[in-house]
Amino acid sequence: MTAALKVLRPGLFDTLQDRGRIGYMALGMPTAGAMDRIGLALANALAGNPADTAGLEIGVMGPDLLVEADSVRVALTGPLSPALIEAPDAPPKPIESDRSHLLKRGQVLRVGMIEGSSTAYLAVAGGFALAAFMGSLSTYARAGVGGFEGRKLQANDSLPLKFDHAPPGEECKLAAPFDYGHGPVRVVWGPQEDSFSEQGRATFIGADYRVSKEADRMGIRFEGPTIEHAVPVEKGGADIISDGIGPGAIQVPGAGLPIVLLADRQTVGGYPKIATVASVDLPRLGRLLPGQTVRFTAVTVEEAEKLRRDQEARLARAIADFQPARPAGGIDLARLYEENLIDGVVYEPVPA
Amino acid sequence: MSVRYLSCGDTAFTVEFGNQISPQINGQVMALHGAIGAARADGALKGVVETVPSMRSLMVTYDPMATSRAALQPEIDALISRGLPAEAKTRCVTIPCCYDDPEFAPDLDEVAERTKRAPEQVIEGHLKSAFTVYVLGFMPGLAYIAGLDPSLYLPRRSEPRVRVPKSSVSIAMNMTVIYPFESPGGWHLIGRTPIWLFDQRREQPVFLAPGDHLTFERIDRKTFDRISREVEAGTLDWSTLVKE
Repeated sequence: MTAALKVLRPGLFDTLQDRGRIGYMALGMPTAGAMDRIGLALANALAGNPADTAGLEIGVMGPDLLVEADSVRVALTGPLSPALIEAPDAPPKPIESDRSHLLKRGQVLRVGMIEGSSTAYLAVAGGFALAAFMGSLSTYARAGVGGFEGRKLQANDSLPLKFDHAPPGEECKLAAPFDYGHGPVRVVWGPQEDSFSEQGRATFIGADYRVSKEADRMGIRFEGPTIEHAVPVEKGGADIISDGIGPGAIQVPGAGLPIVLLADRQTVGGYPKIATVASVDLPRLGRLLPGQTVRFTAVTVEEAEKLRRDQEARLARAIADFQPARPAGGIDLARLYEENLIDGVVYEPVPA
Repeated sequence: MSVRYLSCGDTAFTVEFGNQISPQINGQVMALHGAIGAARADGALKGVVETVPSMRSLMVTYDPMATSRAALQPEIDALISRGLPAEAKTRCVTIPCCYDDPEFAPDLDEVAERTKRAPEQVIEGHLKSAFTVYVLGFMPGLAYIAGLDPSLYLPRRSEPRVRVPKSSVSIAMNMTVIYPFESPGGWHLIGRTPIWLFDQRREQPVFLAPGDHLTFERIDRKTFDRISREVEAGTLDWSTLVKE
């Protein structure tokens, strides 16, 4: 039988995502990819995967997954509330996020709700045995491509796994929750800041903006004070000749409210973009929930590049500092119990 | 040549060649797109991730871990001042189109009326237009194809349709558009092609590319149905539609 995770009950919006479909924007193909690249990178590292492996991006509420493999190592990242492992003959056991776990055939992982973020990740050691489309497993649901049949997960989907056995290794955890940063969201002015009046730019930088209900993988529509265009909207002030849309571009259509464009954004568009979220803060945007409020502050391109490099260095350190997920120097009784007593045999790793 | 560099955060910038839609400006965009591709193939321009052409500008995306705006912009500037080729290598593509079925061309009569000519003259105008793909976007594979015969210029429909069938051939302003998917749309539908502009089974799922020269070839319903079956079965020889 093929090793798989079977979806007993889907979450709200579970899609497979990797770092995105790179190199096809010129053909009109959106990049897609993880909304929170840090969450996916940490989940992959905890599972022992290369950073470009696809994981399951969990939107707001996660799925119930039945393990149909001898064993599978999974890693969860994101504020779960908490997830549970259930087995037919054992009571549900809560499991922590930000660490790896070894699951056995017949166990059910109930991911549950995410609290205080819209996004969490599940990585499986070895990854999913699915074919890449245009070089990527990222799901782009609007065109029905990538991931699992080009769509979010449904009940009875069977996600094929590369490995039938978890590779040998210890479970590990993040030493401390990763600091995504606080305070105003950093943005770089442009590409079309000159499409806005001085007052419009001051409004954008000075006011609080609330995430509306229209927030998804394509972008976030904010509510707050309207931003004045330099030329009246009825005279074309909110129209430009369509041009490329980078990640985090903040377009302001005629209604004057900002829309931050994220992973599933279209490749080109005809509304002026007042500013662009610095890449260091895109993972924060990818975790925002409706009702949360942000403020924007401007930095230069050079500052934004440096912030990003510092963040990548912190991410690399966090991965280098993973801790064994058991008491230091002690015996992991739970693991011993799961592996030796339940199975009745000593854990036998499979050659990679 | 003077260009403007516009910031798109710390992972992209846009090179803007002008503020109009014109074949000359779009030609420069495509030439820089090609020149950056060629330079990257030679191992230069480290850290560039991809380039995204549009009507009058090229967005260059980069990895701030591998390069910086300060390092990259002068390199792009040097490419431009060394002189871009007048026109990048282009393909000539023929798109078969059936205009003769009212189901395919629900707006043909209205276009004829509003442009004060016979439906047959509308079809002739579309067939004699020398089209160029300016930009792909909005949805995967959707091409904005400029060069419509000026006798057929019309604004978009005031009431967009909720459902435009896949592979509909439409016109508005100075352009023609072929819908890669069933989708909402506000353009005037004057025909349908049996070709799929996006077919994920193909190694190159997107058929048209920016810079392609394009003409339409009139086919009857019988031919439409035959080619449709070949496209669906995946047996169509697409190379018959393309001249390099």
